[in-house]
Amino acid sequence: MALLEVNNLEVSFGLRSGGVKALRDINFKLDRGERIGVVGESGAGKSVLGFSILNLISNPGSITGGEILFEGKNLSKLSAGELRSVRGNRISMIFQDPMMTLNPVLTVGEQMIECLMAHRKIRKEDARNIALQKLKQVYIPSPETRLDQYPHELSGGMRQRIVIAIGLLMDPDIIIADEPTTALDVTIQAEIMELMLELCERNNVALILITHDLGVVSQVTQRTIVMYAGRIIEQGPTKEIINDAQHPYTQGLMNALPQMAVPGARLNQIRGAMPPLQRIPTGCAFNPRCDYVTETCKHNLPGFTESGSCLVACHMVAEMKREAAQAASLAQEVQS
Amino acid sequence: MNAQSQETLVQLDDIYKKFSISGDFLDQLKFRQGRIVREQEFVHAINGVSLEVKRGEALCVVGESGCGKSTVARTVMGLLNPSQGSVHYDGQRIDNLNDRALMPYRRKMQMIFQNPYASLNPRMTIAQTLQEPVALHNPGWSGQEVRDKVAEVMFSVGIDPSWGERHPHEFSGGQRQRISIARALAVGPEFIVADEPISALDVSIQAQVLNLMMDAQEKHNLTYLFITHDLSVVEHFGTRVAVMYLGSLCELAPTKALFSTPRHPYSQALLSAIPRLDDNRPQHIKLQGEVPTPVNLPPGCVFHGRCPHVNDRCKREIPQLIATDEGGQVACHGVEEGRI
Ligand SMILES: Nc1ncnc2c1ncn2[C@@H]1O[C@H](COP(=O)(O)OP(=O)(O)OP(=O)(O)O)[C@@H](O)[C@H]1O
Ligand SMILES: Nc1ncnc2c1ncn2[C@@H]1O[C@H](COP(=O)(O)OP(=O)(O)O)[C@@H](O)[C@H]1O
Ligand code: SF4
Ligand code: SF4
Ligand SMILES: [Mg+2]
Ligand SMILES: [Mg+2]
Repeated sequence: MALLEVNNLEVSFGLRSGGVKALRDINFKLDRGERIGVVGESGAGKSVLGFSILNLISNPGSITGGEILFEGKNLSKLSAGELRSVRGNRISMIFQDPMMTLNPVLTVGEQMIECLMAHRKIRKEDARNIALQKLKQVYIPSPETRLDQYPHELSGGMRQRIVIAIGLLMDPDIIIADEPTTALDVTIQAEIMELMLELCERNNVALILITHDLGVVSQVTQRTIVMYAGRIIEQGPTKEIINDAQHPYTQGLMNALPQMAVPGARLNQIRGAMPPLQRIPTGCAFNPRCDYVTETCKHNLPGFTESGSCLVACHMVAEMKREAAQAASLAQEVQS
Repeated sequence: MNAQSQETLVQLDDIYKKFSISGDFLDQLKFRQGRIVREQEFVHAINGVSLEVKRGEALCVVGESGCGKSTVARTVMGLLNPSQGSVHYDGQRIDNLNDRALMPYRRKMQMIFQNPYASLNPRMTIAQTLQEPVALHNPGWSGQEVRDKVAEVMFSVGIDPSWGERHPHEFSGGQRQRISIARALAVGPEFIVADEPISALDVSIQAQVLNLMMDAQEKHNLTYLFITHDLSVVEHFGTRVAVMYLGSLCELAPTKALFSTPRHPYSQALLSAIPRLDDNRPQHIKLQGEVPTPVNLPPGCVFHGRCPHVNDRCKREIPQLIATDEGGQVACHGVEEGRI
């Protein structure tokens, strides 16, 4: 049994203009200790996916289809109490915005101790020691002093490191990290990613890493999920996706990196923007921005085609695969 | 970039900024050796930073979190008063002006913030957010002219015009940051301070926004002070790079020179840590120790506790900026002594 299994997940927002689907057809598995990267454009639904795993989608949003199985139990069917024992304990989340985790009126130490004491029967001094030790693990300079400081006294990067320390507090099975190092500079990012990698490996913690940094994905994760307009459009082993992306959108993402252009020259941007949820085009959602678009793409939603070890939602890839199969069977006929 | 001149647009002279972290007056009173004394503790966020931004250039500021990049940005914008030192804009001293006297500069200087969550007013629609500064700075314009300008800017940053009636909370972080950039560009500024403007964006939009900022720079001869932690963006976008550590300027160099021959030991460590797509990247230089707090600054070179090239002089004497052969400046005894 996979540690986490997401089947046909659908999440909708009930906006005034009528309900819109923020996520559709979401299917993936996460094994114990496995690290998955989730990449995609802003608004693709990465954060909604992260939130919905913990059933943190609040009004006007809700899970409108599918299931999320954690050790076989459907998370969206748990009672509030059961959910609380999973959230922050078995599965912890590190958000894009550190102030979503940090309480501005409590010191760093107070909130860490409070969190520990809410989940464990533990004395205050011990809680303080654990808090101190976790701060050291994320390379917080002078951790003793930091325990008594308020979030607003810290720089953005420092706050996020404290949030990461809080995420590690309960030794969870899964960490969902939503752009955790976006606000950090590279020496710290490299150290934190190395640290998260080390902690995940040592304790067999699974990681869902939501990020826009393909470099980070390639160094930290084993598998990658690429999302576009609320749907997974490609998933597979990270190495395959980085070296040989199949979906035109994934290829576009790779080509848009500054490393792919001459310094000072314009970058290879993908034209246009991802559509708002209310106006996702029919057929393939990427079709208005795609260089390979055909009539089929404008009318039919592409299903998932296996290509190598990847699953790709693209008519062109399906077409190429059909042709290759035809050519292969033709060659066999000729031989026999 | 090509439009860069030698003319100085913004000049920072020996800027210091400290923040008191001791609370109010009563909190500062301590009982020591039988008598009451007033003790105040400070965060020394910037310590003697001097910088010139040339008209038409894109000066990038990089450095570890908490090293004072945002403090530099906010001091330049007049959102913070320096504790010591001065800021000149186009030859005029601006750090000592009151709000009214600053008004004309507010149009010329625009800022894009690090946090797309905090910088948009949650109660205003996107259209209102964008129209407000345009109307404020163009009192003679008709409603239609304002709306046209806003539509043009929205289009140029890839915002769907139908978003105009919606509120910030309905957008993801990246979408909100594009709206902030549109708001800065809408009033036609000549100098933009951008504090991590694209960090929250995905690569395809980063590419568009960088292309957009480069286009805007060419079209309007814009000058940028660009703060980022993404060195691949710096390499692509910056004309010069300022590397900061713990409130001090370590190195200032033309981008090409910095990336080919970083001189300061901290710059060398920083560049080695860029996450590359290939797995067989060169091992990043691991620094020993931790970043000290800016509450108790180390004596001498602020980097000495982590530097692989430290010697006795480094622990005593603060290194001053010296010119390098590559056309930059570096503050390091090791470089000056010719041993690095
Ligand atoms: N209002 C304040 N009160 C106390 N200390 C402050 C305040 N603002 C900033 N500091 C401190 O000043 C130093 C520099 O902060 P600054 O925000 O400029 O860092 P930064 O380089 O922008 O970091 P980051 O990359 O994390 O955004 C930090 O040590 C920070 O904790
Ligand atoms: N509270 C909300 N109400 C309406 N729409 C929302 C809400 N939160 C998110 N959305 C929409 O859902 C989509 C996915 O958002 P999100 O998951 O935050 O994207 P990202 O991939 O950048 O993390 C976006 O189009 C966003 O505008
Ligand atoms: S399905 Fe068609 S439009 Fe969509 S990515 Fe493939 S080729 Fe492009
Ligand atoms: S001055 Fe000394 S300690 Fe500082 S960077 Fe140079 S060699 Fe290292
Ligand atoms: Mg997000
Ligand atoms: Mg900052």
